Amino acid sequence: MSGESSDTPAVELVDVDKAFYGVKANDQVSFQLARGEVHALLGENGAGKSTLCSILAGLYRPDAGGIFLEGRAVTFKGPKDALQAGIGMVYQHFRLVPNLTVAENFALGHPDVGVRIKQKELYRAAEELGERYGLPIDPSARIWQLSVGEQQRVEILKLLYRDARILILDEPTAVLTPQESKALFKTMRQMAAEGRSVIFVSHKLNEVKQVSDRVTILRDGRVVGEVATRDAEPADLARTMVGRDLELPSRDARTGFGPTVLAVEGLRVQGDRGLEAVCGISFEVRAGEIVGVAGVSGNGQRELAYGLVGLRTPTSGSVALDGVDVTRASVLEHIESGFAYIPQSRLGMGLAPGLTTEENLALKAFRRAPYTKGWRLIAAAFRDEGARQIQQYDIRGVRLGLPIRLLSGGNLQKALVAREVELEPRILIARSPTRGLDVGATQAVRNQILSERDRGAGVLLISEDLDELLALADRILVMYEGEIVGEMPAEEATAERLGLLMAGEREEVSP
Amino acid sequence: MNESQLILTIVAAIGLGTPLIFATVGETITERAGILNLGVQGMMLIGAVSGFWATFHTGSLLLGVIVAMIAGAALSAVHAFTSITLRVNQIVSGLALTLFGTGLASFLGRAGSNPLVGNPSRKVFEPLFSGAITEIAVVGPLLFGHDILVYTAIAVAGGASYYLFNTRMGLSLRAVGEDPASAESAGVSVARVRYIHVMVGGSLAGLGGAYFSLVLVPTWQDDPIGAAGWIAIALVILSSWRPWRAVVAAYLFGAAERFQFTLQTLGEPWSAVPSTLLAMLPFVLAIAAMIVLTSGKRARLLGAPAALGIPYFREQR
Repeated sequence: MSGESSDTPAVELVDVDKAFYGVKANDQVSFQLARGEVHALLGENGAGKSTLCSILAGLYRPDAGGIFLEGRAVTFKGPKDALQAGIGMVYQHFRLVPNLTVAENFALGHPDVGVRIKQKELYRAAEELGERYGLPIDPSARIWQLSVGEQQRVEILKLLYRDARILILDEPTAVLTPQESKALFKTMRQMAAEGRSVIFVSHKLNEVKQVSDRVTILRDGRVVGEVATRDAEPADLARTMVGRDLELPSRDARTGFGPTVLAVEGLRVQGDRGLEAVCGISFEVRAGEIVGVAGVSGNGQRELAYGLVGLRTPTSGSVALDGVDVTRASVLEHIESGFAYIPQSRLGMGLAPGLTTEENLALKAFRRAPYTKGWRLIAAAFRDEGARQIQQYDIRGVRLGLPIRLLSGGNLQKALVAREVELEPRILIARSPTRGLDVGATQAVRNQILSERDRGAGVLLISEDLDELLALADRILVMYEGEIVGEMPAEEATAERLGLLMAGEREEVSP
Repeated sequence: MNESQLILTIVAAIGLGTPLIFATVGETITERAGILNLGVQGMMLIGAVSGFWATFHTGSLLLGVIVAMIAGAALSAVHAFTSITLRVNQIVSGLALTLFGTGLASFLGRAGSNPLVGNPSRKVFEPLFSGAITEIAVVGPLLFGHDILVYTAIAVAGGASYYLFNTRMGLSLRAVGEDPASAESAGVSVARVRYIHVMVGGSLAGLGGAYFSLVLVPTWQDDPIGAAGWIAIALVILSSWRPWRAVVAAYLFGAAERFQFTLQTLGEPWSAVPSTLLAMLPFVLAIAAMIVLTSGKRARLLGAPAALGIPYFREQR
């Protein structure tokens, strides 16, 4: 409507409530998004950011409260209604159909695509759009063939193809290299300049500071602050977000590591499609040392971890723990010889979603006392040990006897780490252990990893989060296309240097 | 085997394959939406009995076909409701549908004062073409010697193929079967797409059933379709969820079924092979094909819809 004043919010949430299983994910949340702004949503995990976004995107229906679009009350029966109203969301887990082409994903559910799909027109439109926003793509590629960064581009372009006026990006930088993030920020600014509104969900204060105009901070499902970014001090933002002062572990150059714990020699591991994903990797991890592995996701990190912990038998090369060869040992033998593994997907691989918290905590130790007596499981041991660990590792929101999947991401991760640490491993292999976690949970997980190091375990930290590697690791390896293309002590590493190596730029400096 | 025997065998194979095409394409469409319907056997039987009944009382073949399709769709709607709305286990629901359909078809055939059972159909589909064109050597009987449903089946497969890969609804259908959450967030109504295609699948199964009672075995008996419904489910996998391949696969199985009769006519020593052993042939072929095709790495290349058999909850956390 032309008669409306320009300060009518593009979209507004008023007193929105949403509960899951009786737990309030959004509690009286009010939120305003102006036209042409990049608005950051800051908050810990379980603070209700994703819920708020999902309500705006029509995925969840609020239990109470209203949504106002350009000042008019609207109700969304589903994502379709929200899309038609011009609100689109890029989820953390992309909503692209892997078996379809880029162009087909554009056409999917699009109201202006005729009964018959015209491939050529679609290809041309997709290409043009990509060029206009500096996000080049191949419209005929199938989604599964694309890297994570490319898939994200497709997601954003898909929304622009529908001319979405409001774009919600849920932690978009979590999967990107620093260089890719910068390009994304440029696209976000361009979209805002065109009069679109962007909601940018993030944990990372420096990113929020860099790209947003305004910040809304959520804590425990409530809005606890809203400020213009230029007036905000990062430290204040962090305090508001967590509700207390934070101390992140500081790092110092460390020396005096113990003997070699893990020795990997010429390791080769196949990927899912039978191609070699780890192409002859050699490295060592010493006792009391944290070795970081940097790399853009999909460059063989997953297969490296699988090969090390026995989930996939290497095609050649060797893995030795304390001098004992375990290259072809089973997963159980790995666990018993002192491997602990924190996989990337908590609920997919790390925990059994349908089992209770106490069962999950015992999932690797249940073969031994006190969980087992002969062939019988001792229920009381599960309860007592579970209660102790829940207390000791500060796992919140647990009700004994209920499935663990009801916990929030941060608490799931705390439980997973607790289980692995309880094994007192010789080597701890962790993949992106704080991915998607809030500051509080991140701190807890990092402290656990550090205390394992101090106990004398070797730690292999495979992560896409450079800040994390720079904060924790003593030495950083960079993986690119299945090979180690760089190695440096953490003190010499910078995000820029790592980012270039991760992008496949070989350093010309000779050691 | 001489030339005319070969032609006769092929013609018969096409006839036996036709109901399989309907049912296989129907189940392909259903499974492309991510719903596994193991009730094909039940839907085919209901289609067979209701189609026969309608034609028996009205004398109209067209009405028989229409009633069979409606009956198949109605039965599949039960499965759609349980698996899409109630989200129960699709295997259990589908098997229940087959048990129910089998029993109901048998009951309907015997119910009433003038039961259908033992009665011949009042009308039967006749070859579409007549006269000189059917007299041409080889080509005549092979191409022009069939009833209209044989050509309809091929058209249905072709239409389904075009629909799947070249239309907007087809794209939505494939997306819903692959990744319902993504489809939903792209604005596709997962439930609606699934309901529609489960029922389209059911109507095609019903039509396939009617082909038995109105063409192949036009006298009502308790079990006119053999195990065609189960074969169709196997054929979906065999044709890797592609309607065109379903035509080839269905004719192949028609030939396998026909083979036992052909062998009988060849005289010693072939006719000495027990016919019961030969009756197993299509099933052995089905099992062998499934093992070969679905073993190891090939399964991934087959292209089964990724969300097949998995209920979809939008607000799942």
